[in-house]
Amino acid sequence: MRRLAYLLPLAVLAGLVGLFAVGLHRDPSRVPSPLLDKPAPASTLPVLETSGQVVQPPDMKLSALRGQPLLVNFFASWCVACRDEHDFLLQLAREHSVRIVGIDYKDTDQAARRWLADNGDPYALVLADRLGDAGIDWGVYGVPETFVIDAAGVIRYKQIGPLTEADFRAHVAPLLGSG
Amino acid sequence: MRVIGGTHPAGVACASPNVAGVFVIRALLPLCLLLTVASASAQVQRSRPEIPLTPAQERQYRALLPQLRCLVCQDESLSDSQAPLAGDLRYEVRGLVARGRSDVQVKRYLVQRYGDFVLFKPPFKPSTWLLWAGPFLIAAVALSTVAVYLRRRVRRPLPDAAVDPESLRRLLDQER
Repeated sequence: MRRLAYLLPLAVLAGLVGLFAVGLHRDPSRVPSPLLDKPAPASTLPVLETSGQVVQPPDMKLSALRGQPLLVNFFASWCVACRDEHDFLLQLAREHSVRIVGIDYKDTDQAARRWLADNGDPYALVLADRLGDAGIDWGVYGVPETFVIDAAGVIRYKQIGPLTEADFRAHVAPLLGSG
Repeated sequence: MRVIGGTHPAGVACASPNVAGVFVIRALLPLCLLLTVASASAQVQRSRPEIPLTPAQERQYRALLPQLRCLVCQDESLSDSQAPLAGDLRYEVRGLVARGRSDVQVKRYLVQRYGDFVLFKPPFKPSTWLLWAGPFLIAAVALSTVAVYLRRRVRRPLPDAAVDPESLRRLLDQER
């Protein structure tokens, strides 16, 4: 019993080491979203017409897109990191026929159109969140952020920062596959 | 800590305070400010209508902001932060206060979107009870350890001062 008492500090140390091992590998800039497994916010946003298309109606309610899983990607032409994930989004849309809805965050329509014309347009639909109000409803605190919405319109995953192929394989593909 | 290589503005715009400490933050502060300013000027500045508040609402608004955390520069409150998002959230809070929402309602509005993280003072609930109760638990363990130690020391019987004459004689006999 006495012996065990001497081991106590060692046990406390082991506990602390374990705590730090977990804690130090967490990225505090990634704040978990409380919206996971909740219905996606029903934002109504104007449609950004790209490459000459004219869309009717001019406003789109995001909840109207239910029925099959989709990615909702917040981006902006002024966002440097969005450029990093753009090629992968193009590849997803082209090769995996993933339906991606782009939300152009705090941007001008003109700049976004030019950006998409220059870099390619992976989006099935682009909506304009000109003042960032929809961003607040979605808990967006920077761009890019990408949400996976299932067929029932429920948010199943949130990617903070650029969506990489590894992240897609690990977190997104299983959700799209199971529908 | 993904600060410099970070790509999400939350990672780029500000150092996180928790890990590497103040020195890193000091070192990155100019970068942080630069990036904040750069992204602010790159973003489109649209003017929104001013929201008038009554003096009481103004007081409520001013009291609320320091309790709310900016998610971009995480060690700053909404009243301090220069990040564009903080400006948007201030505007949102101002709008809610103008519509007569209580402090609790405003906080709930933000927590629903950004999680408990927006509150500098986390709520007491199962996932945080250790956080709140931890210091008291540690103090209780320490105090009871000290108490047990002291009591044992008092109760320990003192060595008998009187010498047993029999054994003394035996010892002396051996000496001879």
